[in-house]
Amino acid sequence: MRPEFAISNLKEETSIAKYKLTAALAVLLLVLSGVSLFVGVIDLDLHSLFGGDAEQMKVFLVSRLPRLLAILCTGVGMSVAGLIMQQLCMNKFVSPTTGATISSAQFGILLALLFMPQSTLWSRAVFAFATAVLGTWVFVWFIQRIQFKDAVMVPLVGIMFGNVIGGVTNYLAYKYEMTQALSSWLVGHFSVVLAGNYELVWLALPLVALAFVFANHFNIVGMGKDFSQNLGVPYQLVLFMGLSIAAMITASVVVVVGSISYIGLIVPNIIAMFKGDKIRGTLVDTALFGALFVLVCDMLARVVIAPYELPIELIVGIIGSVLFIGLLLYRLKHGRKAVRLGPAHSGGCAGAVSAQERGATG
Amino acid sequence: MRVQQLTKQYDGKTVVDAVSFEIPKGKVLSLIGPNGAGKSTVMGIISRLIARDAGLVDFGGKDIARWKSRELAKKLAILTQSNNIQMKLTVRELVTFGRFPYSGGRTTPEDEQLIDQAIAYMELEGFEDRFIDELSGGQRQRALIAMVIAQDTEYVLLDEPTNNLDIYHATNMMRTVRRLCDELGKTVILVLHEINYAAFYSDYICAFVDGRIAKFGTVAEVMTRETLSSIYKVDFEILEIEGKPLSIYY
Repeated sequence: MRPEFAISNLKEETSIAKYKLTAALAVLLLVLSGVSLFVGVIDLDLHSLFGGDAEQMKVFLVSRLPRLLAILCTGVGMSVAGLIMQQLCMNKFVSPTTGATISSAQFGILLALLFMPQSTLWSRAVFAFATAVLGTWVFVWFIQRIQFKDAVMVPLVGIMFGNVIGGVTNYLAYKYEMTQALSSWLVGHFSVVLAGNYELVWLALPLVALAFVFANHFNIVGMGKDFSQNLGVPYQLVLFMGLSIAAMITASVVVVVGSISYIGLIVPNIIAMFKGDKIRGTLVDTALFGALFVLVCDMLARVVIAPYELPIELIVGIIGSVLFIGLLLYRLKHGRKAVRLGPAHSGGCAGAVSAQERGATG
Repeated sequence: MRVQQLTKQYDGKTVVDAVSFEIPKGKVLSLIGPNGAGKSTVMGIISRLIARDAGLVDFGGKDIARWKSRELAKKLAILTQSNNIQMKLTVRELVTFGRFPYSGGRTTPEDEQLIDQAIAYMELEGFEDRFIDELSGGQRQRALIAMVIAQDTEYVLLDEPTNNLDIYHATNMMRTVRRLCDELGKTVILVLHEINYAAFYSDYICAFVDGRIAKFGTVAEVMTRETLSSIYKVDFEILEIEGKPLSIYY
């Protein structure tokens, strides 16, 4: 009996430690959210805000609060979308940016602008949903077909694929003189977020909740096709459902604020370093950290050249690309390169042969 | 469990050719044979990982394809070499997946108890909270077996469980296989390359050559000079150690 007691005691201790990070992130996010509400061209102060100053209240409700909510939804959505994609594709470098999801969504928006010039935010969103989901499927189908030896190849192919779609988008935009209209979706920014025009981004939240419900399914599918089938999980169905959720989250963000890169790539990776890959255990932290990341970047964007502001994509791009390179080096050094384990990992010839025997099943 | 007239082709090449046999219940059965003989493919078909072109896999009176995936996962477990063990999961999280067919994501106290038992059975208590990507190959393999034990299935299928393991870990793995059968009453089916492991630790051996069964029988029946020589096309000598036939090839 004694050793059992010791084990359970240990478990309790580690579970407290597990929630420490979550709590810290939550508190930090709460504080910074409060601060961000009071960063801007028009000075707001608590006293007059709640003292019944109608003008201040208006700024608060029409601009500041929507902006904060949009930031939080973006951060939560993009990081969770990245987390899902990384898990499902068994590759730490796949994300909405490196998986062609963002560029596909932009392509959809262009199509909406072309074919339905009077389109509302919602109808544009429908286009973006469709193309984002489709683009992501095509990408994943492609990387499943090719089975790259080196994990780093996957995001490179994704970036190339994304650029091809982006190229087509740009070509069409030039041809039909849509570049100006489109530019707002190419570079993500929160400056035009106002009450009434951003609510679509809330869609990310129920989708994230859905992802939480299916977290274990995603984890199991991330362990491979054979592994999922062994546990009675329908591999293809969960894979495509998960990718669709991730693509729709991405599209709902892109339609409202434009392209925000790197969040979906970096945030899940940093959290996974500390907390592992069990989605149920990391989803909340990933979401909180994602929100925090976007919030901090947005505050920087607003402060750096105040009273003007930079598009957040610029700040995220600078910080993100540096972190991305760091991440690449870290992953290369720590040898988690293999796309799949087994034969490729340890090079057992018997394993390679068995894979061959099974032929085109992979 | 019975297999009838299984056939599988890849690109017009017949990999498995009208294979029929019955799997003895509560015993260890090893599938052996040269590379490309189709043993892994047969294993894949039995476990519904690979679709067959023709034939029947009768499992509990019903064809394997007509089982609900989740119900089958409570009766039959399979471990292959292609699992993505790069994932940063703790040993306990991995073993918990074994209960997924029963309770989905939400484990009951009964599940937790079975998980504890499985971890203890594979002597992984000290490693529970370690990430599997930090473990040695042998420990990782044990964690996967613990998951299968938690899955609590009647049938356990292992595709080359000793592959990539050193002699110490491979031998321990085979001992574990024996215990799964003798202590937990499971029917274990293995694909093995090492004939002597098959001879020493299984009850029955099914030898494949060119997609067909060359010989199916008890260990003593299959482990003869003539049979092995004709299967592997090299000379064999059979010795007896601890009352079991072991082979030497040269």
